[in-house]
Amino acid sequence: MSIKGKTAVAGVYEHPLRWAPHKTQYQIMAESARGALEDAGLSIKNVDGLFTSGVSGMGIVSLAEHLNLNPDFLDSNSIGGSSFVSHTAHAAAAIAAGYCNVALILYGSKWSSDRFAIGTGGASGGDPSEQFENCYGPTTVGDYALTAQRHMYEFGTTSEQLAEIAVTMRKHASMNPYAKFRDPITVEDVITSRVVSSPLHLLDCCMISDGGGAVVVTSAERARDLKKKPVNILGAAEACYHTSAGVRDLTNAAAKQSGPKALERAGVTHKDVNMAMIYDSFTITVLVTLESLGFCKKGEGGSFVQNGRIGLGGALPINTDGGGLSSNHPGMRGIFLVIEATKQLRGECGERQVKNCNLAMVHGTGGTLGLRHSGASLVLGV
Amino acid sequence: MAEEKKYKKPIPRIDEENRPFWEACARHELYVQKCRSCGKVFFYARAFCPDDLSPALDWVKCSGKGKVYTFTVTQQNQSAGFRENLPYIMAYIELDEGVRMLTNIVECKPEDVKIGMPVEVTFEDATPEISIPLFRPAR
Repeated sequence: MSIKGKTAVAGVYEHPLRWAPHKTQYQIMAESARGALEDAGLSIKNVDGLFTSGVSGMGIVSLAEHLNLNPDFLDSNSIGGSSFVSHTAHAAAAIAAGYCNVALILYGSKWSSDRFAIGTGGASGGDPSEQFENCYGPTTVGDYALTAQRHMYEFGTTSEQLAEIAVTMRKHASMNPYAKFRDPITVEDVITSRVVSSPLHLLDCCMISDGGGAVVVTSAERARDLKKKPVNILGAAEACYHTSAGVRDLTNAAAKQSGPKALERAGVTHKDVNMAMIYDSFTITVLVTLESLGFCKKGEGGSFVQNGRIGLGGALPINTDGGGLSSNHPGMRGIFLVIEATKQLRGECGERQVKNCNLAMVHGTGGTLGLRHSGASLVLGV
Repeated sequence: MAEEKKYKKPIPRIDEENRPFWEACARHELYVQKCRSCGKVFFYARAFCPDDLSPALDWVKCSGKGKVYTFTVTQQNQSAGFRENLPYIMAYIELDEGVRMLTNIVECKPEDVKIGMPVEVTFEDATPEISIPLFRPAR
């Protein structure tokens, strides 16, 4: 069974706030739900599938309660920042299987105003692997830095090449009125910003913001009669990479397993892709993901991201909203990848619109490249 | 008045699967495991082979030698035990036995650590039950 073309993204909403100490997390989710349902021309009464992550263990039930919903299908798959890309794919599968008709995917967070040190706090958990790791001071930044250092060693990747990614995201953010950081930066600015965990500098790292968003998925048939141009869900796949019992190649991401499958399921190839939304927790995340997805050969990511290729007007524009590096990153940003890709495919992006945008690839990475992470790939098209 | 705790970093929790590993560390010995049925050598400690799920395993005493596979010098960590000891080197070591383990490199200036550098194990006694395997430049 294939889900290709059976479902579509019918509504999206990105919460405009990046700093929301005066709101609650569930309020941000409710406001996002209202926005995405209005965008689709649907009502909360139509929702019969609910998806979220970043809540407590049974938080999805509390969320249903907060919205006074009694959905037929619930999924709070929590695989890190990629969760919401995964939810979009799961929603498509659930709708194609007849388990629900209108799926609402929600995210809300106040990790900035709650002062949650997601990148530079210590790790303390009860998982088996953590008993062999947390005593050594892994941080989110440090875990990604392990991959960056190895990539530089094996392939000669440079800090300047990584910086090019941050510079490009900032340029895109300057065209996004809601982006948190909009002032231009240079490669020099990035490589002279302080080192957080070598070789990653402050400007190699995404921000921590507040925020949230919502995505509405329904059947392609129903989407045709709704307010906005449907954005078809064409293919999806997931994967996870971990320490592999002590032998994993740290320069590969789970995207290597999920990306080619998602493209194949969509019946398209890399050269058909007009733009990509690639989770940019760090500059190295983008570089390794591009290689792992197969947009360039392994080891060639450094030169691939140079000379404007990943900028607007380049061969493969990436993160046209400015990404987590410059627009927003409220702890997890998978939902914004789906939202921006949808807006691009509808042609709603104004100054930052990718010309003739018919096919977008989305890839979310959750967790860390250096220890363990999930990958969720999604191909969307009009 | 209670004496201030000297060791502030997270202390590994001994469980039914990893107990022999940590008991060996308390004796300042480093072990990995090998599957009797398929020969797979693996890290971290488990009660079964992660390749074929066989419970028949041998503990293999490591030489304690290895090479740096990758590393990072962490300048910022806000949690107890680390914020007092910045910067520190976190690294994956490829052990001579063929598997990689996360660790800290000690007795080494941050600017001196290099990928491929030979290192050897040393232990830090965190509690009477737990000693943490660390690595230093090979002598």
